[in-house]
Amino acid sequence: MLVPAAFSLRDPQFIQACYIVAAVCFILGLRGLSHPSTARRGNMIAAVGMAIAVIATLLDRDVVGVPLILLGIAIGTAIGVPAARSVRMTAMPQMVALFNGVGGGAAALIAWTEFRDSIDAGGGFALDTEIAVLFSTVVGAVSFWGSIVAFAKLQELISGQPIMIRGQQVVNGVILAAVLGGCVYLAAAGDEQSVFVAILALASVLGVAMVLPIGGADMPVVISMLNAFTGLAAAAAGFALDNTALIVAGTLVGASGTILTRLMSQAMNRSLGNVLFAGFGSAPEGGGAAAVASGDGSFRSTTADDVAIQLAYARRVVVVPGYGMAVAQAQHAVRDLAAELEKRGVDVNYAIHPVAGRMPGHMNVLLAEADVPYDSLKEMDEINPEFPQTDVSLVIGANDVTNPAAKNSPDSPIYGMPILEVDKSSSVIVLKRSMNPGFAGIDNELYSDAKTAMLFGDAKDSIQKVLGEVQAL
Amino acid sequence: MSLLTELTIFVLAVFVGFEVISKVPNTLHTPLMSGTNAIHGIVLVGAILAIAIATGDTLGRVLAVIAVAFGTINVVGGFLVTDRMLEMFKRKPDAKE
Repeated sequence: MLVPAAFSLRDPQFIQACYIVAAVCFILGLRGLSHPSTARRGNMIAAVGMAIAVIATLLDRDVVGVPLILLGIAIGTAIGVPAARSVRMTAMPQMVALFNGVGGGAAALIAWTEFRDSIDAGGGFALDTEIAVLFSTVVGAVSFWGSIVAFAKLQELISGQPIMIRGQQVVNGVILAAVLGGCVYLAAAGDEQSVFVAILALASVLGVAMVLPIGGADMPVVISMLNAFTGLAAAAAGFALDNTALIVAGTLVGASGTILTRLMSQAMNRSLGNVLFAGFGSAPEGGGAAAVASGDGSFRSTTADDVAIQLAYARRVVVVPGYGMAVAQAQHAVRDLAAELEKRGVDVNYAIHPVAGRMPGHMNVLLAEADVPYDSLKEMDEINPEFPQTDVSLVIGANDVTNPAAKNSPDSPIYGMPILEVDKSSSVIVLKRSMNPGFAGIDNELYSDAKTAMLFGDAKDSIQKVLGEVQAL
Repeated sequence: MSLLTELTIFVLAVFVGFEVISKVPNTLHTPLMSGTNAIHGIVLVGAILAIAIATGDTLGRVLAVIAVAFGTINVVGGFLVTDRMLEMFKRKPDAKE
């Protein structure tokens, strides 16, 4: 091979070339995710790209403080590896929130370090670097603290219900204005550490204040949005550090988060602004809670053996899983029941609503864990025309995504949201812990429908009982 | 590197990102999120560079080391957890038996 005489691994050009290779790996890795059969290899390609980028950076002749770097890597590995190995699939949303948060936090800390360095050097930033540093600081801090709150909600360390203070939007607006004001001041009047720290603190408060009012059912939107934020913060850090690897990788993540946010909002027929500012699910004085109180409440309760008979003699059954299935860890029991039914010649499919669960694709991961083949998972548009030919829809811990009020009641807070049309099937069985309304706090008129029967109790428990009864038939 | 060059890279990355990610099926959205979490672990690169400019005082060093640790959590945790998930998605021919 022809190697130029002056070639050195520490040559900045060589390092840049490594970054290009890394960027290609990230893009190929993401492209692998376009199909389940190539996804795992894609992830590995992306990981190789990351290794190349990190090693190339370590070759950089400006890099000093290797013991400190190794210390940080050791700490991160000691935390990250056991967490990733031991997390349960049902806890994946909070894990993703946490990982997302630390990425944002790192971006903000890098920006802070840059800022301190520029003060030490005595000279201010060029305007473009200043903007990049401040953007990375603010968005990174919002993402970090927002993700921490999302984590706490999903882990049920704090209530999953929306937490609102009076005039929340005004307060958030004032904080945002103060943050922006501080940024303009720094850009105009020169760098002052105290102003920077104030901006960082206010952005942190903003991150907390933004996510606290958001209810559990809206989590898929928020997690996607925070994902986009972290990506953009990383890209901004790349602008600040003049590093192409960060710009490309951060931008890819920003694009991904943006697409997911849009898909999730569309699946709820709401704008991002509405999710962020409407305090959906809180509306206690609105129609939601009133309807719960005044709902005619006439529902039909059923037993495991009745359900077993209905399922065993059906031709077509559609399972509609929701967050309740995740909470009850019922996915394996569901798979066993479906296998038993299929043995009896029943056609079993799964209907997956895009916002079922607490993050995009949540149900798919759980069912994949339970070895349900992914081609029996049907998306909303695919399965909706099939409900009229379905004998039994088995709704497991899903609520709002099946509520016919989204089509029928213009007054309903979820009016216009695309739903799984289980009410069109011949009969519906709803597995539910109790008659409490779902996260959105909205009465589900499906439950009082004449063809709906309710089976109360822990979802896993109920499914196992039904399975026992089916086997005994 | 000039700002314009960086902006060019940024704009192209936006388009590539949208193009590639819009082809990811709903079924893989959770692995997509955790996979992109791993990819924004690229902040580790930024954090390593930050250590170089943060040798001034203790606070600076502490901040940069935390940033490295955070970035590492992203990288190793993100890729591992994504791999765990994707392993479950591989086609199982005998799953129906």
